[in-house]
Amino acid sequence: MKKIIVVGNGMVGHHFIDQLLASDSEFEITTFSEEAHLAYDRVHLSSYFTDNSVEALMLTNEQYYDDNGVRYLVNDRVVAIDKTLKCIHTQNGVTASYDSLVIATGSFPFVPPIPGNDNEHCHVYRTIEDLDAIRNSAKDAQIGVVVGGGLLGLEAGKALVDLGLKTHVVEFAPRLMAVQLCSEGGGLLRGKIEELGVEVHTEKNTQSITQGESCRYRMNFADGSFLETDLILFSAGIRPQDKLARDSQIEIGERGGIVINDYCQTSEPDIYAIGECALWQGKIFGLVAPGYSMAKVAAKHIDGHIDKQFLGADMSTKLKLLGVDVASIGDAHGVSDGCKTYQFLDGVNGVYKKLVVNSSGDRLLGAIMVGDASDYGQWLQLYLNDMPLSQGPEYLLLPDADEGSSSSAMGVDALPDSASICSCFDVTKGQIREAVQAGACSMADIKSCTKASTGCGGCSALTTQVLNSELEKQGVEVSTDICAHFAYSRQELFDIIRVKKIQSYDALLSEYGSGGGCEICKPAVGSILASLWNDYVLDDAHIGLQDTNDIFLGNMQKDGTYSVVPRVPGGEITPDKLIAIGQVAKQFDLYTKVTGGQRIDLFGAQLHELPIIWQQLIDAGFETGHAYGKSLRTVKSCVGSTWCRFGVQDSVGMAIDLENRYKGLRAPHKIKFGVSGCTRECAEAQSKDIGIIATENGWGLYVCGNGGMRPRHADLFATDLDDQTLVKYIDRVLMFYVRTADRLQRTSVWMENLDGGLDYLKEVVIDDKLNIAAELESDMQNVVANYQCEWKTTINDEKRLQRFKQFINTDELDSNISYVRERGQRRPATEVEKISTIELVTEA
Amino acid sequence: MSFVSVCHIDKIFPGTGVCALIKGKQVALFRPSDNAEVFALDNMDPFAKSNVLSRGLICEHNKQLWIASPLKKQRFNLETGDCLEDQSVSIKSYPVKITDGTVAVSL
Repeated sequence: MKKIIVVGNGMVGHHFIDQLLASDSEFEITTFSEEAHLAYDRVHLSSYFTDNSVEALMLTNEQYYDDNGVRYLVNDRVVAIDKTLKCIHTQNGVTASYDSLVIATGSFPFVPPIPGNDNEHCHVYRTIEDLDAIRNSAKDAQIGVVVGGGLLGLEAGKALVDLGLKTHVVEFAPRLMAVQLCSEGGGLLRGKIEELGVEVHTEKNTQSITQGESCRYRMNFADGSFLETDLILFSAGIRPQDKLARDSQIEIGERGGIVINDYCQTSEPDIYAIGECALWQGKIFGLVAPGYSMAKVAAKHIDGHIDKQFLGADMSTKLKLLGVDVASIGDAHGVSDGCKTYQFLDGVNGVYKKLVVNSSGDRLLGAIMVGDASDYGQWLQLYLNDMPLSQGPEYLLLPDADEGSSSSAMGVDALPDSASICSCFDVTKGQIREAVQAGACSMADIKSCTKASTGCGGCSALTTQVLNSELEKQGVEVSTDICAHFAYSRQELFDIIRVKKIQSYDALLSEYGSGGGCEICKPAVGSILASLWNDYVLDDAHIGLQDTNDIFLGNMQKDGTYSVVPRVPGGEITPDKLIAIGQVAKQFDLYTKVTGGQRIDLFGAQLHELPIIWQQLIDAGFETGHAYGKSLRTVKSCVGSTWCRFGVQDSVGMAIDLENRYKGLRAPHKIKFGVSGCTRECAEAQSKDIGIIATENGWGLYVCGNGGMRPRHADLFATDLDDQTLVKYIDRVLMFYVRTADRLQRTSVWMENLDGGLDYLKEVVIDDKLNIAAELESDMQNVVANYQCEWKTTINDEKRLQRFKQFINTDELDSNISYVRERGQRRPATEVEKISTIELVTEA
Repeated sequence: MSFVSVCHIDKIFPGTGVCALIKGKQVALFRPSDNAEVFALDNMDPFAKSNVLSRGLICEHNKQLWIASPLKKQRFNLETGDCLEDQSVSIKSYPVKITDGTVAVSL
């Protein structure tokens, strides 16, 4: 087996390993990292300050490498390459041999040679360890300075703002993002950032860092001015980390960087370099997408394929910097021969756009956007595919003058199949089209089968457009109407019912719908009415709306009998209650099974038995478990700190409280919770819609996970919450889900389709961006206050009980139901078994 | 045509169905709205071979009324018994007469 060594386990190094693992050949892979962690997401590093979680950043883990036979050594640096013996040596004395060596050492931050730059509270911004150090320095600090007003500098600025520091950005050039932006764009960006309380200082050349008077340090500038600060963050550019190659006499560029050819080979054919340490045709690519492309090319070449080459990369970027959308495409500065520029400046809304076109004005060469980058995807395609502009360039710049026609003046249909839609995973329009032809019909499908839009997410709008356009071509009507009876989406219906305070389906249909209603809109509206007003679901006005399970408050099984599930909050049950369930099961000969949600399911109850069974269960202190509803099911818990020697919080107590709070909440689909008492996560909370994991300092909240058919790990939403804040956030998340999800859409798919995703949900729930948090909480409070055990209501209502029998005109039973005994319990007879039973009876 | 009386129409809540046992046969009766209109079909879901159709959801498609099976949601026409999903499948439908509020079915 070919031995591969990967030096550096950053984003690109890990991507390379993934590429090798995906090939048909087998390799013996070993990777070295000088950092303590395996590969993590450096692009979203600043989220570490808000989420406080290393896990959320991780791109891989030990388990994944172990499972795939990848050896890894962390905290050890490769210091020498022996090209003759084809082996490497590490700082800790490890020696390993290779057939192919891949250098993916990335880059290191450039720290300007300013006297005093080595003070205790001077940092760089690249690794998780850097961030820990920054956080420590920020503890007793009020003011922070970022040196460098480029992309990374502004990203670092956000980190200081998140840490609560009064933040300054000091830039040597006359404007921010000097590489990408012109002076107008830079000026607008500056204005927007200053609105957020960040002070920007341009044309400042720092000469020394000395002791401060009001703060820890004083930065002295060449023009005689100074700035006092407690913390300094250098973010003035990166340099390729090429020391290992340099020491090994591998060819290095004049200004640094390991020289590579189109196959990413260095001057030594067995040694490759990829990512920010590599120099291709005199260029360093400081973005992750070109690094991924190099990883792909190198992996292919090592696997013996020579058809794929690295031929440069487009450096267009779109970012959100301190909340401001900024994008730059191609020749943003307009340096191409004979090019012309068009500009649009909206001083009121803070939007600046600039187009660079060729001399005949029919091709886009470059662009800049500040304040509104919604056209980025379309414009990038125009540029990358050298597409003719159908109208004059000025039409691209003007805001939607004509409602309904896209301002981009270009549909996705105009794109060639080769157009790259997702640059993170190199997914083309053709691949998305093929996926749709193979049956994909939602964004979630596209994401899972092509990976498009699962990296930075910048292409999600464009991917959706391609998806919808391809679906339409296949004759699939892309309509958000819930059904033929209402020309509204579920979310719109919800808003109508909420705002107009509509109390019944008939009232809604007569005012907003048409026809008689169907099996789609009736249960959907029934669910909305229940979510909002929490009336008894079998009420005269609602009974005809209820789906299979709700209409008899039980889960219908294949033979038309029902299963019965009493609620067992948190999975905690007394021996007496356990006995009571056993007695009921025994009396009615119900097949008994323990569920995954820590309760007990009793199968085979016939209609007429349901009320008697429930009477006995209610007498024993049980309530309905809503196992039949699109509603809260269970809150699974581990035993927690009350018994477990590892537990740090009372997970059972929390689970019981939460289950009792949200029981009866009707939602677009079922909802499951999990609460774990420590990070060992025995309750598997990360596979639940709402997952809660105890920490020493409180609770970590995870949202929108799922088990089942398409498992999804829940996203970390917030950490170290106290009980009240935890409940407040859950109230808001759930109500926002109830309001905005499609019918039968689990939280996982809802999240994946939510425009803006997790960040948007956080903005709505934590920052109250839409100013609806109070409303969401009071809506939830209303549901909680109006809870009723539907079975208790039912068994006390003579009129309702009439429906719980097989026949309206006799007390006889359904003769078609028959059972056979298996492993000590009964189960429905199969069709064959039914026939043989009848024959046996006849013969006897 | 002989009609067998089954029950008073008030026993069928508007928007729902019930099942009657008539001469040993399970017949599902549906009352789509609060007026005196009732339809009768076989109660057996021909796909699942279970007696459940009376517990389905009444729906309207193309200006016709259907019952969606509670098990796997196949729809059957309330007047003809034809299945919307599978044209080769049809269940029996029966004439219904309502006299002074009493629902009667002819097998």
